[in-house]
Amino acid sequence: MKAKTADKIATYVIVTLALLIVAVLAGLLGYILFRGVSHISWDFLTSAPRKIRVGGGIGPQLFNSLFLLVLTLLITVPLGIGAGIYMAEYARPGRITGFIRLVVEVLSSFPSIVVGLFGLLLIVNIFGLGFSLVSGALALTVFNLPLMVRITEQAFRSVPSQQKEAGFALGLSKWKIVTTVLFPVALPAIITGTILSAGRVFGEAAALMFTAGMSSPRLDFGNWNPLSPSSPLNPFRPAETLAVHIWKINSEGLAPDAVEIAAGASAVLVITVLIFNLVARYFGRLIYRKLTASRRMN
Amino acid sequence: MRVQNNETIRVQSSKSRVEKHHIEDLIGRSYMSLCVLLLIVSIVSMVYFVTSRGVSTFTIDKVGFSDFFFGTTWSPEGDHPSFGALPFIAGSFITTLLAALIASPLSICAALFMTEIVPGWGKKLLQPVIELLSGIPSVVYGFVGLSVIVPFLRNVFPGQGIGVAAGALVLSVMILPTITSVAVDALSALPRNLKESSFALGATRWQTIARVIIPTTLPAIMTGVVLGMARAFGEALAVQMVIGNAPFIPTSLFESASTLTSVITLGMGNTTMGSPHNNALWSMALVLMLMTFLFVFIVRMLEKRRSI
Repeated sequence: MKAKTADKIATYVIVTLALLIVAVLAGLLGYILFRGVSHISWDFLTSAPRKIRVGGGIGPQLFNSLFLLVLTLLITVPLGIGAGIYMAEYARPGRITGFIRLVVEVLSSFPSIVVGLFGLLLIVNIFGLGFSLVSGALALTVFNLPLMVRITEQAFRSVPSQQKEAGFALGLSKWKIVTTVLFPVALPAIITGTILSAGRVFGEAAALMFTAGMSSPRLDFGNWNPLSPSSPLNPFRPAETLAVHIWKINSEGLAPDAVEIAAGASAVLVITVLIFNLVARYFGRLIYRKLTASRRMN
Repeated sequence: MRVQNNETIRVQSSKSRVEKHHIEDLIGRSYMSLCVLLLIVSIVSMVYFVTSRGVSTFTIDKVGFSDFFFGTTWSPEGDHPSFGALPFIAGSFITTLLAALIASPLSICAALFMTEIVPGWGKKLLQPVIELLSGIPSVVYGFVGLSVIVPFLRNVFPGQGIGVAAGALVLSVMILPTITSVAVDALSALPRNLKESSFALGATRWQTIARVIIPTTLPAIMTGVVLGMARAFGEALAVQMVIGNAPFIPTSLFESASTLTSVITLGMGNTTMGSPHNNALWSMALVLMLMTFLFVFIVRMLEKRRSI
């Protein structure tokens, strides 16, 4: 009888605590969206922020975040996939492989602020790129690369080995097998993982404060010459991203409506991350079905 | 004659195919080697640069080792500058440990809920919750902490609301997903017959969980806890927003304090490169980096224990 009572109590405790986590998330999302969504308008999303007056927006910051994301993915995706394929298909167990695995592990658990400081020292100062989108993208590369390697490695490892053996039986070269047989099968998982990691990059701030900078020049959205300093497409201009902006107005915001702006910007950030999550799932399924002619939903 | 011709052509074509294979393989291999090399170069240069700047506090500015690690006075710009970093080191450890203490039981319960109590809809309910929690950016956690947790603590407890407790609470929510997902993986990898034999002996579900499941998976769960602590230790902005940033060792949970990351965040932009103040901040970054190595080392040790 006593054991049964203990069992019941334990079950209740576990269920309560698990539901508490659900409640925490519901409360968090509810609070962010409830506080923020009423502040989101087309004007808020497109206008520039104001330092000390009411009514500033987040237009340049939002653009910077998206542009930086694209730049980062352009660098990390090919590099991460290359290294990931190596880890999954070529690396033989041994000292060197063990070392590379350790590197990936250490790199992925580095605090993002240390990556930011490294970027400040090497990319901003020694390479002389200054506070710029390129510096930010390179710092995020250091931050994002181990993630991409892991995603690719897992995706390749989950491909059934018969596919590879069939390729060998046909007399294909290993690289041919990797690119034409294994890669299409692994692609859905890679794309899903990339979009999810993009969500993380989108919200990253600490690594960007010291590399992409904490200010944004006056942007002229009619100027599409990538070399002009006021052009939004210039990759060598400083760029404050949305996440950095939220941090800045929370710690030193002077505008009277700073709290509302922070709430609105947080809501935009969270909604964007939610969209990334949904798109990742949708795309993963879609491409999986397209490429493998399979009806399995996974 | 014709037959022979055909033969030579066939031999030639198979030869050129072999060569094509070799070239393909060579291109693929060199591309991959380049990618891997870049990974290694990035970490080697990172370790080199952070270390070389971090030790200059001790080599160039002649700050004593024990003055830095055990000194409690932080006044880098004073007439008699002193670089005691103990308050920040203590702040980092206190908030990290508190966050782990809050988050671990919650995460383990969530994992048990998903694998043992209601494996069907429990997983369907909690999996997206965990994914969303890990996707929310840290500045948003900081913002919510600042506008919900801090006022709440200010109203209920003594003090200003900002401080160690607020920092630990924010961090605990941030590391929940890390611990939970590792724990879920460990629990679902447990062989079924272990559980079944326990039930067959007449044990209740709780007895099975407490005496069989948890002890067997403990090293794996601890891996999750350590990974969560590594994340908490390195988290910068969310903590900085709610902890108050006072350079003192906190004596109560509701007192303002600082962590290594929060001091670096605030100080790095306002100091000139190469000044003693700046160098001291780099030394803290070095401490952060060494702690990361330590966490990775502990995780590896735990994983070794797991495989035996």
